[in-house]
Amino acid sequence: MNESSLPFFARGMDPGPSFVDVLRRLAPHGVAGSGAPDHGSALIDTVHGTTVVAIRFASGVIMAGDRRATSGMSIASRRIEKVFAADDFSGIGIAGAAGPAVELVKLFQVQLEHYEKIEGEGLSLDGKANQLGGMVRANLPAAMQGLVVVPLFAGYDERRGIGRVFSYDVTGGKYEEADFQTNGSGGVHARNWIKATWRDDMTRDEAIDLALRSLFAAADEDAATGGPDLVRRIFPTVAVIDTDGFTSVSDDEIATRAEALLGGREEGAGL
Amino acid sequence: MTMPFYVSPEQVMKDRADYARKGIARGRSLVAISATDGIVIVAENPSRTLYKISEIYDRIAFAGVGKYNEFEMLRIAGVRQADVKGYSFAREDVNARALANAYAQTLGQIFTHEMKPYEVEILVAQLGETPDDDELFHILYDGTVMDEEGFTVLGGLSEQVHESLGATYKPPIDRATAVRLGAAALTPADQAPLNAGALEVAYLDRARARRAFQRLKGPELDAVLAG
Repeated sequence: MNESSLPFFARGMDPGPSFVDVLRRLAPHGVAGSGAPDHGSALIDTVHGTTVVAIRFASGVIMAGDRRATSGMSIASRRIEKVFAADDFSGIGIAGAAGPAVELVKLFQVQLEHYEKIEGEGLSLDGKANQLGGMVRANLPAAMQGLVVVPLFAGYDERRGIGRVFSYDVTGGKYEEADFQTNGSGGVHARNWIKATWRDDMTRDEAIDLALRSLFAAADEDAATGGPDLVRRIFPTVAVIDTDGFTSVSDDEIATRAEALLGGREEGAGL
Repeated sequence: MTMPFYVSPEQVMKDRADYARKGIARGRSLVAISATDGIVIVAENPSRTLYKISEIYDRIAFAGVGKYNEFEMLRIAGVRQADVKGYSFAREDVNARALANAYAQTLGQIFTHEMKPYEVEILVAQLGETPDDDELFHILYDGTVMDEEGFTVLGGLSEQVHESLGATYKPPIDRATAVRLGAAALTPADQAPLNAGALEVAYLDRARARRAFQRLKGPELDAVLAG
């Protein structure tokens, strides 16, 4: 892009509030999915993120993710983050191919901010969830080659005053979940744990504990999900989204809670 | 067959400049003031929805006076330019100087080549670490760029407003003082002070880590104006 000239578009060609369309016109190589191979499958080992959970509680929603990324049979990272703020009142959790997933998050974050600046007002939570669906759909060609990205989206709906959770499939299909959802290779184990103990009136603290416990349960069963690492003191990342917006729970609080949970069960028998 | 009259280039430019100035003079003024805890922008604007001041990027604000549709078009182009640049490189690579240059180029081109010049004056303000690092770029309808220190005035009655603000602006001042000074400077000499309903106020908050742009309105603005 030429720095000294501003981007103006001919009538009928204006991309409106869509940042992806602006990017497609001005810097086409930056668009996610545009560099996908045309044929063949992804035989190379790419970095994969694993388990994320989203749990609705009385006054909002909790998102949490383990910290492991794998590449084939190896651990690629012990400290990867899988839960990000999409904007002030929503968060996105990623599982699948880490490269395209992080790129998707970055694009989604800019899109929400771009829309708000162009239109002078932010998107509704449903609007955000639909936008994300479109972006996942745009990644379908890459997904067919093995670079699957399926995000988990959750936010506080300011108009309705509740936390809401959305999941996606690889074609961009968007499904609103009633109370909780998980994603990634350990997701099924985490989901079963949550299902057994979730209640409608959980407090923030109870929901955080449930999220941590479900991730530990997933790590217990799934090789690609990282458990609590007491030696290096690495614990899951947790975020709370409620009337105060998106807040990351401090490392100290998570460490204290995780240790209390582990201590409460003799030799981890309950996990 | 009729022959077109010869008009000297000086005359053409003068006519265009007069045209643009007249258009701008019909509108109301706007001031931007650098304060200890941020950059304050105050505009006379009775509309609650058609903004003159808005956010371009994390620490960059935009303001325009004159014809709404024209500065709105410039604003949107600026947001697009900044967002694409920040996405392609890094957020910290987006700066007001490059944006001001792009605006100047665009307005200069339009002034000389289009049927009619834009009837706008715009401001690109960038928040620095301290008030000394703040940047206020004031760009005219013909692409002239002025890099202003401390405060700047855009629009119709800018000379009177500039004089009035120049007499009262004694840095360092805080944000609330800057809002009151701005509102007082925008008030015509023989009239009652402008109230919150007639003003649009926004600021870039030095205390915020990322998106610094904030609007000040309603009861909050009333409280600040009452001092």
